[in-house]
Amino acid sequence: MSASTCSLCAFLKSSIGRKIIVALTGLALVLFLAGHLSGNLLIFAGQEAFDEYAEFLHTFLHGMGVWIARIGLLACFVIHIWFTILLTRENKAARPKYAHEATVQAPKSSRLMIWSGLTILAFVIFHILHFTVRTDCELATLGAESPWKMVILGFQNPLVVIFYLIAMTCLCSHLGHGVASIFQTLGLRSKKTAGPIKFISNAYALVIYLGFISIPLAILLFGFGQGK
Amino acid sequence: MPLLNLTLKVWRQENATSEGRIETYEAKEIPTSASFLEMIDIVNERLIKDGEEPIHFDHDCREGICGMCSMTINGVPHSKERGITTCQLHMRKFSDGETIWIEPFRANAFPVVKDLVTDRSSFDRIIGAGGYISVRTGSAPDAHAIQIPKADADAAFDAAACIGCGACVAACKNASAMLFVSAKASHLNHLPQGQAEKDQRVLGMVRQMDEEGFGNCTNQFECEAVCPKEISAEHIAKLNRDYLAASARDSVS
Repeated sequence: MSASTCSLCAFLKSSIGRKIIVALTGLALVLFLAGHLSGNLLIFAGQEAFDEYAEFLHTFLHGMGVWIARIGLLACFVIHIWFTILLTRENKAARPKYAHEATVQAPKSSRLMIWSGLTILAFVIFHILHFTVRTDCELATLGAESPWKMVILGFQNPLVVIFYLIAMTCLCSHLGHGVASIFQTLGLRSKKTAGPIKFISNAYALVIYLGFISIPLAILLFGFGQGK
Repeated sequence: MPLLNLTLKVWRQENATSEGRIETYEAKEIPTSASFLEMIDIVNERLIKDGEEPIHFDHDCREGICGMCSMTINGVPHSKERGITTCQLHMRKFSDGETIWIEPFRANAFPVVKDLVTDRSSFDRIIGAGGYISVRTGSAPDAHAIQIPKADADAAFDAAACIGCGACVAACKNASAMLFVSAKASHLNHLPQGQAEKDQRVLGMVRQMDEEGFGNCTNQFECEAVCPKEISAEHIAKLNRDYLAASARDSVS
């Protein structure tokens, strides 16, 4: 084995190395969310704009674009989860419990990362079956005709909307701690940057949260898109 | 002088291999001017008089600089008061009738020796793995022989304030030693004298930290909140970036 492979092995076995992998895959997923949200908000621009956008995604690079993105995202997702589960198991094993546990300043969001993360995993599986694989026959037929109509119909089910709301709340909490952690783990947090990092992290989590819940809420509560 | 009557819930453990348990003791007529360790001394004197085993705990200088006293008070290492060690904690911070939980620093890398005494030699092995510089011994060099910018000297000094007590590990939800390791590495990495062995130091200390069975940092900064020397988690960010750079250089050299 060459020296460089050994250095990489040591890096991937080390506590900091594995955290950096989690931070980088997390960063890719965080950036994906911004793209996904801005695309999704086109739903408010009307059926034509949204369907055109969906058409663009599926024909970009002769249909290869969407698959490159899917494979890349899946890889980031799997690596992110795999490494966090490894790290979390080590963390639980490293610390015996106190009879009297206390927390000084760690926010709830930071202590629930693994649970908010696993809820997001369950949500992503559901979300893909719901709107991408389309296991529901009615949505599948509608999706082939107009993705816009599919989304409008999909969010008329209150149970679906409730699950989306729960998952987005978890996502918001996950991002609140996660985005700031990316900066810390990559070594970018200092006295000068600590304040802005905290602000960016919370603001990003809030924008993503409000953006994503606006769609199901507009459809279910305000009947958006159902008049036509 | 006002006197306090307190109930203590103390972790008692015969030795490293035996099962521990919480025992209840009454601490009677404790002067508010006593330090926390003096309060345990008073309780121990009574225990000895009654023919019972006194509560074992670590202590040395009793003025906040040696880093020896190591107990968790109501779940927080060195108590919830900021910037002090247990020996600097006064009983006037407690009120009459209060129940106080006293436990050893908990981490698998800090095995309990007896009662509140833990073995923190894992920290010594981390220092041995890179927390030093190699210098020519003999006559002292001139103080101005190596110029150090004020900002670097200050940053190095902030990190060097670490007394290695282990409160950061005990407070961490994952028993991570990142604040300690980062303070020790950052202290030397900020200085010109530390540059020659910088990469070797960072890689070596982190490797030893992982081998000792400490957990991984999850950026909750509980460590920073309980550190008696108020060392900032910024040093952890610096260790992360120094480690990334050292690994990259190591892979090509």
